[in-house]
Amino acid sequence: MNWQSIFGILLSAILTENFILVKFYGICPFMGVSKKTDTALGMGMAVTFVMAIASAACWAVDQLILVPLGLAYMQTVAFILVIAAIVQVVEMFLKKKVPALYQALGVYLPLITTNCAVLGVALVNVQEGYNFFLSVLNGAAGGLGFTISIVLFASIRERMEETDVPKSFRGFPIALIAAGLLALAFMGFSGMKIF
Amino acid sequence: MDILIAVAVLGGLGVVFGLVLAGAAKVFHVETDPRLEKLNECLPGANCGGCGYPGCGGYAQAVLEGKAAIGLCASGGDECARNMAQIMGVKAEKVSHKVALVRCSGYRGVDENGKITGAKMKGEYEGLQGCHAAAKVAGRGPLICKFGCLGFGSCITACKYDAIHMVDGVAKVDEEKCVGCMQCAAQCPRNLIVPVEYNRRVVIACASKAKGAVTIRGCSSGCIGCGLCEKICERGAIHVEQNLAYIDYDKCNSCGLCATVCPKHLIADNKKMEHSEE
Repeated sequence: MNWQSIFGILLSAILTENFILVKFYGICPFMGVSKKTDTALGMGMAVTFVMAIASAACWAVDQLILVPLGLAYMQTVAFILVIAAIVQVVEMFLKKKVPALYQALGVYLPLITTNCAVLGVALVNVQEGYNFFLSVLNGAAGGLGFTISIVLFASIRERMEETDVPKSFRGFPIALIAAGLLALAFMGFSGMKIF
Repeated sequence: MDILIAVAVLGGLGVVFGLVLAGAAKVFHVETDPRLEKLNECLPGANCGGCGYPGCGGYAQAVLEGKAAIGLCASGGDECARNMAQIMGVKAEKVSHKVALVRCSGYRGVDENGKITGAKMKGEYEGLQGCHAAAKVAGRGPLICKFGCLGFGSCITACKYDAIHMVDGVAKVDEEKCVGCMQCAAQCPRNLIVPVEYNRRVVIACASKAKGAVTIRGCSSGCIGCGLCEKICERGAIHVEQNLAYIDYDKCNSCGLCATVCPKHLIADNKKMEHSEE
């Protein structure tokens, strides 16, 4: 582990391998909660938070239980279980102990339970063979990448509200087209490599 | 054998997480006041935000914590306030029924001589739709009048009660449907929408503070600050400030005289709502 690999993970998780716009994970919250910039930001923060915690928990379950018992092929199933449980506990914990944060993130937390970006980051961590620290870093950076893309997309959609869109494209169709164009723009980062 | 291990491990994980969740639910149990649910039931649930709290749930919570007064819900009205007061064990305050008023009378039209009446446009506008966008166009938008209703209907989309409609290019409030949540006011880039009492007779439906000559150039029904209404009012309830008339409703007795003398017919006289205090 050195600074180069840390920087590499940050760069790839946020830009070149952006979970939404390059890997197309977590499209449902991306389309669903992106009508207003501030709710998009709230959702992004909640996802970042959960992705970091889920990375840590999934790494622990994988390394301490699944790998020693030779059950690595059950990772997907086990991770879903871990993530769902963790989101529930986090929600309850926040409600009791940090009501301010619960007010800000609370409504988004249940939405994240089955978010494929969270499951995706746990599986990527395993595939890349990251250690505990790098897993958490990858999770947090992936969440940041999610936040950046959903906030960008939300501000585009806010502007589209005011424009004169052809009738058959109004609402969801034009949003999907905008998302595609945004993804195309992010493809431009894929040439970036630091190794 | 492998399958049994997998089943046992996964099942074990499930049971452990289940127990953890059950434990967490006990440990982190938050007491919710049973009154909260009842308060929520009283409120209309439209989440209009007129009370100043984020949705009906937010208002119910604030009332429960004693942070908000009962009777802020304009949409629920007196009945809602009574029910809420009953739950909280206090006496209800009277809710004053306010409605929104769009302070513009520049209804676009043509009179019998073929002359254009109402607010005049500088030209055809084909830019971004929506009042905020249009108001930002150089020269403050497509209307000659710098104060009047632009007519793109941002307030209409903000209204959850279908109480604002476009009439000849100017937004008009349907006072029977309006609950006074004032969500529309926040959407008006020209701050034309103000709350007024529901059962008042006269309103000044113009917001032009420009000099009379300037106002006339842009609109045939704008307030020119002539002061006729001020002179005829027996109770001194109307004053012209900055070329625009204002009514002081504390003094107004709803006689309707001002509406009869206004040369521009912008003082709207609602005879149905006549209620003289004398």
